[in-house]
Amino acid sequence: MTPFTYERASSPAEAAAAAARTHGAKFIAGGTNLLDLMKLQIETPTHLIDVNELALDRIEPTADGGLKIGALVRNTDLAADARVRSGYGVLARALLAGASGQLRNQATTAGNLLQRTRCPYFYDTNLPCNKRRPGSGCGAIGGFNRHHAIVGASEACIATHPSDMAVAMRVLDARVDTVRPNGTTRTIPIADFHRLPGTTPHIEHALEPGELITAVTLPKPAGGVQLYRKVRDRASYAFALVSVAAIVQRDGSGRVALGGVAHKPWRVEAAERELARGAKALAAGLLADAHPSRDNAFKLPLVERTLAAVLADARGAA
Amino acid sequence: MTEFNLARRNLLKASAVAGGTLAAGRLTPEAQAAAVAPGAPVAQHPAPASVNVLLRVNGSDHPVMLDPRTTLLDALRERLQLTGTKKGCDQGQCGACTVIVDGRRITSCLTLAVMQEGHEITTIEGLGTPKNLHPMQAAFVKHDGYQCGFCTPGQICSAVAMLEEVKAGIPSHVSADLTRRPEPSAAEFRERMSGNICRCGAYSNIQEAIAEVAGAQR
Repeated sequence: MTPFTYERASSPAEAAAAAARTHGAKFIAGGTNLLDLMKLQIETPTHLIDVNELALDRIEPTADGGLKIGALVRNTDLAADARVRSGYGVLARALLAGASGQLRNQATTAGNLLQRTRCPYFYDTNLPCNKRRPGSGCGAIGGFNRHHAIVGASEACIATHPSDMAVAMRVLDARVDTVRPNGTTRTIPIADFHRLPGTTPHIEHALEPGELITAVTLPKPAGGVQLYRKVRDRASYAFALVSVAAIVQRDGSGRVALGGVAHKPWRVEAAERELARGAKALAAGLLADAHPSRDNAFKLPLVERTLAAVLADARGAA
Repeated sequence: MTEFNLARRNLLKASAVAGGTLAAGRLTPEAQAAAVAPGAPVAQHPAPASVNVLLRVNGSDHPVMLDPRTTLLDALRERLQLTGTKKGCDQGQCGACTVIVDGRRITSCLTLAVMQEGHEITTIEGLGTPKNLHPMQAAFVKHDGYQCGFCTPGQICSAVAMLEEVKAGIPSHVSADLTRRPEPSAAEFRERMSGNICRCGAYSNIQEAIAEVAGAQR
């Protein structure tokens, strides 16, 4: 790790202001992703602002029947919350499909959204990576790219977003609440939060410098059968090759988002009209613009088959 | 010194892949140096400086002065000489460094010591002693829940806290019904222990040990 100074923040607004004041500052909460990247000198903050003491660790009902999840609510606590388990099953399932028990105890709601890719070329500082070092090239394009994106990628980057939780948040139409360094607050729809790589894969989300996530807010429960199915190389504790978050209603309508296939949770609202027609039509709509690489064309049929399995499970559970 | 070691390690890593298919020929020293520093403008790093931290471990307070870069794992092992906690991967993947903080199991390699001031840390040394084993330690001995023993302290800390998670009703990936309390079953224990790797492959005996303790607790 490169040297850094350390402070504990006393309020969200002060934390944001401090982050904007110090060039190279970063927030640290769970630390499970940031410290790993700091050891490899992929992240090299000059100053760490520990936000763990901020009172952002509660899950509270909202006026419109939804839930406001504090930024610091740990993944374990969010998955275990009775309201989440009964009203937002897809979120509890997605959280429990991610990482290990130890990591879920540390990892926070906001930090989970801000996870960086697990692309091995991003992790290897000897190799080019436009995300780690803009303009240096992409090792994954033409390299080993079995885990990489099949849709929404660019000539600069084919990395995927590693989060399971974010896929569920996308299908639930979550909103991200923030505070900016000048003290003002705003709400970012989850659909606009993560970015596609384009020519700037190092810019991964809509946050401004110093802007701090304070909560993630869910609308009132969507009902239906809520499922999260993750296909991975091991039965537990592995990143997704493909995952499906789905909410399927009794009348056959519903919503679907995919993980493991793009630089962000992948949802195509127009394709959801095909949901009642089955997995083939749904997959065709979701992956209309797919461009797989040498090693990951298998993800195209895998998406369709995982969708078929999820729709079958939904029929069985309805 | 640190920079020299890092550069040398990168050079060795580069040499190791240069003969393979991974972008041979791109690995000039300039490229390596540039790859370490992310995009401009380059932020100014402060000179290393120490901070005072009070760590509460196994019921005792330990004032230590350390570099903020020190992980909890390194503080436990190198500063407090509590070497029961092991460094395996140092990336949160193997679970050998698992300790219990405020009743929750975490990987001590992925948290800074300075972040843990004010928290109650329990290591394998705080669970039991050779003359007075924790029931989980005794069960590991009885069922041969190890071979080389390197992952064992992490396995035991993880297992003890894991059973508390089941008791608290926290669901897992294999819990069939999210609205019910999880069952203390073998399938649940296997899933919940997936963050602890045993390269000797003593998993079946570890499972036996955990199942015995779980049964005794019910």
